[in-house]
Amino acid sequence: MNSNPPLLEVRSLRKSFEASGRPFVRFVGGRPRLLQAVRDVSLSLEAGETLGLVGESGCGKSSLGRCIVGLYPPTAGEILYRGTPLHGNTGGHRTASRRIQMIFQDPYASLNPRLSVEAALTEVLRVHDLVKGKGEIRERVDQLLLTVGLSPSLKAQLPHAFSGGQRQRISIARALAVEPEIIVADEPVSALDVSIQAQIVNLFIELRERFGLAYIFIAHDLSVVRHISNRIAVMYLGQIVEMAPSKGLFREPGHPYTRSLLSAIPKPDPEHRRRVVSLEGELPDPYAPPSGCSFSTRCPIAVERCRTVMPELKEHRARREVRCHRAFELPASTTCRYQKAPTASSSTTRGRKS
Amino acid sequence: MIAPANSILSIRDLVTVFETPGRRVVAVDGVSFDIGKAQMFGLVGESGCGKTATCRSILRLFSGAPARILAGSILYNGIDLAQMDEHRLSDIRGAEIGMIFQDPMTSLNPTMRIGKQIAEGLRRHRGLGRRQARQAAIDLLGTVGVPRPATRFDDYPHQFSGGMRQRVLIAIALACRPRLLIADEPTTALDVTIQDQILRLLLRLKDEFSMSVLLVTHDLGVVAQTCDRVAVMYAGRIVEAANTQALFKRSLHPYTRALLASLPRDDGQALTPIGGAPPDLAVPPAGCRFHPRCRYAVDACRSADKVLATVADGHATGCIRFDVLP
Amino acid sequence: MTSTAPDSAPAAATSTGRTWFATLRRNRSLTAGLVLLTLLVLTMSVGPVLSPYDAVSIDLRAALQPPNATHWLGTDNLGRDVLTRIVAAARLDMQIAVICVLLPFAVGSLVGAISGYIGGKIDAVLMRLVDMLWAFPFYVLVIAIVGTLGPGLTNMYLAFTLVVWISFARIVRGEVLVLKRAEYVMAARVLGFSHTRIIVRHVLPNAITPAIVFAMADVVLTILAVTSLSFLGLGIQPPAAEWGLMIAEGRNFIFDAWWISTFPGIAIILTGITFALLGDGIDDLLRPKG
Repeated sequence: MNSNPPLLEVRSLRKSFEASGRPFVRFVGGRPRLLQAVRDVSLSLEAGETLGLVGESGCGKSSLGRCIVGLYPPTAGEILYRGTPLHGNTGGHRTASRRIQMIFQDPYASLNPRLSVEAALTEVLRVHDLVKGKGEIRERVDQLLLTVGLSPSLKAQLPHAFSGGQRQRISIARALAVEPEIIVADEPVSALDVSIQAQIVNLFIELRERFGLAYIFIAHDLSVVRHISNRIAVMYLGQIVEMAPSKGLFREPGHPYTRSLLSAIPKPDPEHRRRVVSLEGELPDPYAPPSGCSFSTRCPIAVERCRTVMPELKEHRARREVRCHRAFELPASTTCRYQKAPTASSSTTRGRKS
Repeated sequence: MIAPANSILSIRDLVTVFETPGRRVVAVDGVSFDIGKAQMFGLVGESGCGKTATCRSILRLFSGAPARILAGSILYNGIDLAQMDEHRLSDIRGAEIGMIFQDPMTSLNPTMRIGKQIAEGLRRHRGLGRRQARQAAIDLLGTVGVPRPATRFDDYPHQFSGGMRQRVLIAIALACRPRLLIADEPTTALDVTIQDQILRLLLRLKDEFSMSVLLVTHDLGVVAQTCDRVAVMYAGRIVEAANTQALFKRSLHPYTRALLASLPRDDGQALTPIGGAPPDLAVPPAGCRFHPRCRYAVDACRSADKVLATVADGHATGCIRFDVLP
Repeated sequence: MTSTAPDSAPAAATSTGRTWFATLRRNRSLTAGLVLLTLLVLTMSVGPVLSPYDAVSIDLRAALQPPNATHWLGTDNLGRDVLTRIVAAARLDMQIAVICVLLPFAVGSLVGAISGYIGGKIDAVLMRLVDMLWAFPFYVLVIAIVGTLGPGLTNMYLAFTLVVWISFARIVRGEVLVLKRAEYVMAARVLGFSHTRIIVRHVLPNAITPAIVFAMADVVLTILAVTSLSFLGLGIQPPAAEWGLMIAEGRNFIFDAWWISTFPGIAIILTGITFALLGDGIDDLLRPKG
């Protein structure tokens, strides 16, 4: 048992946004419409660990990531770095926050279009006083570029000269310049071509091995996350509904939503085609989440209790936390029904695979 | 290749260029394929490969981009769409060949109620009166899975979620019972569970209305799950075309293989990316366009011509070394 | 892949011809604007020296001469050489225009940027103030201020600054509202940069372009406004040479001595074209690629 506090800990975090357009609503006696983007999320991260954070749009994963790096002040709850709470933009947070960096989704918006690569990296080094002397700074910039697989000969170029994948590399170099311990990667490969995605994911893995980095890897694509994560947290409507080690999650999802998510991924295997929709309906209104379990409106096995009582995130099996009254109860065949596509010679042969 | 007699759309040697001052890009360089009746045909490739340019060339809907068809033929029901004048082409658009685009946010007129947007097509192409058009539109909304269609008829686009908007777009495209639906990355902007719903919907509609679908996507998983036949594009050319099962079972082109290998695997094993980057189409490599990145490339590849050769039943490849592939 | 040789090829072609010459060749508006501006500046600086006449002395014997060999653009009713006066007026008008644009540009851009960046209640209050001022027609406000303070150069500077800053504030605030959501700005915050650094180095340079383009157009508008005010007797007072004033003074002779009002008018038009072209060219030049 590790007696040291975890590298990062999030406790009962809540983040709500007010519907825009009415900055003085309280003055006139009205109540603002609240969007609860993050509802009561707790998690912890150890050094060198990668936590995958997955979910579809509206689940709150991006908002959670931004709270962790300090872009949004939390509405409630705490974020602790090595046991010390981080709050707002005070000096304490500024120093600690250096250790928690972020990579963003859109490589075309992540770099100031007017700053050359060298200027951008130099600025970071100067602001934090990490390297002194012009020559040393130049050397360090070159080093950073090589670390992410880019040639230093490109450093005088402006961002527009680079491809999406290269721009992501530059963003990673910029983040590495401050020597972080944790990197929150918010959908870092979603905007890239598939063949480039693999390059960048491999880069993340290599950097992790080299620098002992911890990641919170946010993605909507479970297959990408699986490869890089030790543990995965699945989010739905602002809450974590399942947290498990990667292998276990894929082998046997405990939450019905996880199961639907997994079965919805189109597998590049035409031999096995699913003919049943993985999940009906739409996300409920985030301004008015359902009573009880948020997933109850679409859950294939919801019962009365699910609609009235909010389930807790509990450890149902070893290291398997699920927020569900009926965790692991889902019979395999209900949502993962695969049918072998009929081949020319065997139109009567059908196999079932769960 | 499918005999043209059984196909509803036959494209032969299509060449489309984008011309801006000082820069000429041949986005579609000699593309040929056939789409059969009631067939789901997948056109797959990464960004910049020319798949979107190809499908926009069919209906000549370039959205103001400086593009034009330079050569080739697009045969629909025996008539060449590439030579057709704008007026006749606009009769075909919507009525015989429908199209849906990637971004449901920007594809709908935000100031017009969606019911009216559906009814517009019905009145233009099928000459229905107002009340008939309204009823037909409500029926269509129901068909595409929009709940409470009679109420939703009067809603504006911003009142719909992304998945619902895409359904509305499909309804608009289906209004005139087209024989071919061109779907340009219809689910790329949607969540995976919604994507699943929309793809199932397209499959169902394809069967129900005996409609062919040209599905353009970058996602090989989508192709595997929905398409009957697939063509893989790279740098403006088709590099391989085959029935879906044949392609995935044993691809005959190094690019397709590399693409398949770079996908995240079920067992969580390491990802193998494709080294290098796609070429700049203003200055493409000579011969086979993939040869600078190909592990099987030899000298002859630098002067290979761009013809697709049918090497097995319905399976064509542009690689001259397909027989040395493992 | 970092285990292989580092990636040294930028995917997009780097901009060939980053030299000034190539930029000028491509950007025709900018070239034309710069040429005209050079001519204008030359005229302003060298002109008065070259002219044998001066702008204010009266010589009634030479009054109302049409354009001829000794007076290329003719003389006005007080015998003053029109060409000399136009050139002298150029200096005055340009000086006023530049200051009356620069001051509001600086004040407005700063206020707009800060207001947009901070947001919240401060922004809401400031924007309501801007809206209130915006509701008044430009000339009404300017005339009110000048009328209260009296005619004269400093009062005109004050009047324009107080009124025109709101245009710049709105433009820059609009850009900043969009930019502060840009991921590179958020990255700067996560990297621990101070708000000042972010505003100065990351937000303003990218937000200022539309303001600069508007400033070019504003030069034209300002010259028109100044000439209009002078025409109405509220701006520059006679016997100073000022284009609007010259047009006003020539008003009574428009049918007999058309040249007195016409040539200053043409000067205004040419200056307007110069700055319109410059604005267009700068817009193109500063637009970030990609």
